[in-house]
Amino acid sequence: MGAGHAHPLYVHGHSRVHRMAPEAKVAAAVTFVAAVAITPRQALWAFGVDAACLAGAIIASGIGPRFVLRRLAVVLPFVAFALFIPFVASGDRVDVFGLSLSREGLWGAWNVLVKATLGASASILLAGTTEIPRLLTGASRLRVPATLTAIASFMVRYLEVIAGELGRMRTAMAARGYAPRWLWQARPIATGAGALFVRSYERGERVHAAMLARGYTGAMPDLGERRASIGEWAVAAALPTIAWLAAVTALTGVLT
Amino acid sequence: MTATVDVRGLRFTYPDGHEALLGLDLRVEAGQRVALLGPNGAGKTTLALHLNGINMPDQGVVRIGELTVAEQVLPEIRRRVGLVFQDAHDQLFMPSVAEDVAFGPANLGLRDAELDARVDEALAAVGASELRPRTPHHLSGGERRRVALATVLAMRPDVLVLDEPTSGLDPAGRRELVDVLSTLPMTQLVITHDLPFALELCARSVIIDGGRVVADAATAHLLTDDQLLGRHRLELPYGFDPRIVGPSPAR
Repeated sequence: MGAGHAHPLYVHGHSRVHRMAPEAKVAAAVTFVAAVAITPRQALWAFGVDAACLAGAIIASGIGPRFVLRRLAVVLPFVAFALFIPFVASGDRVDVFGLSLSREGLWGAWNVLVKATLGASASILLAGTTEIPRLLTGASRLRVPATLTAIASFMVRYLEVIAGELGRMRTAMAARGYAPRWLWQARPIATGAGALFVRSYERGERVHAAMLARGYTGAMPDLGERRASIGEWAVAAALPTIAWLAAVTALTGVLT
Repeated sequence: MTATVDVRGLRFTYPDGHEALLGLDLRVEAGQRVALLGPNGAGKTTLALHLNGINMPDQGVVRIGELTVAEQVLPEIRRRVGLVFQDAHDQLFMPSVAEDVAFGPANLGLRDAELDARVDEALAAVGASELRPRTPHHLSGGERRRVALATVLAMRPDVLVLDEPTSGLDPAGRRELVDVLSTLPMTQLVITHDLPFALELCARSVIIDGGRVVADAATAHLLTDDQLLGRHRLELPYGFDPRIVGPSPAR
């Protein structure tokens, strides 16, 4: 499915991770992230275990560590925020390279940093090995309401069509000398957005007619793609299970 | 495999008060190919939307074969009548070509191998088998049009209704479409402004204007009646003379 033009987050491949049924991957990624989120920040070893398992999965997927690192740039804003915490947090101070930092703040920064990085890496792995339509198939098989997955699927389908319309509209504006610099020149953009909305709405009506014409009765058919086997569920479950074991062990260790 | 289309006294007014059809009568025999000509706003697309029950008549009847279009027989009507919309973007709403072609037959209850076979058959019929895994918005205009046709053929319709199938196509894409349509055995109603296309494909043409059928004759005959064409805002392309065009190989 979906060779050729795909989303920039997707890396074309045929690895075992790519071929895995989408519902197993979605479930594994979500539960893995949940385990990371509840792991206490002092349990450094638990994060080590999580990172090692995730690294293993990334290697198995063949999407390449460089791709993951590049995509990890999305966590940079959180990193910037995290680096700020040790300077402003209260509590006892420690000296690091001559700077007086809050101990509590350092732990806070670490907490944000490690969880954001692990969570984002898991999402990158999921998106890198699963095309968007299959992600949506996976979500609907995990009992995400059909209306929501249908809306998301139409959004994916028509985003480029509408973006194309917007692009042509902007070209048409520029072609007639519209080069806005100041806020009071924004009026054509606002009316353009209005026109785009009306056009998209009318397209929605025509698409609905086209769906009715082919026998649509209110439910999108599940197009019989292979479902996850028990073996696949077991393989997919390995990653979050280890992460949960680590998290629970660390939690009970902290509590006692 | 094919069915007659029988429309009698069809009247339809849009919710905003615009009277689109004012008592339209039209009968098309099983397996016949008819061009529906007429100016913009004549009611051609409105008529097309009645043929598989997207619009319901205010007055009059639409019959496909022995079946009268009505609420309780809509699933069967929609199986029998395939509608190919003017803008293929409206028709291709699924994330991949294969899924889009599968949408109709899946609504008919087909699954798995049977569904797959149906998709293959429809794509092969329009010469688009290699487009199976592609994304609809990355196809060329001609490819998109043929895939849109395949989405309808996958339902094995008895009647095919095409709304301006040649608009936006390059000459080669247009000829490929003629080649495909001329091989299909079902009843066909082709809405078009492309008069040479009508002449090439359809022995019979109907002119619709002001919500009524105003002329119904052999295409070659209609296209040589300059006064009639002029009255209904129809014009032949510059330099095109139906009198000196030989018989169409497509018919």
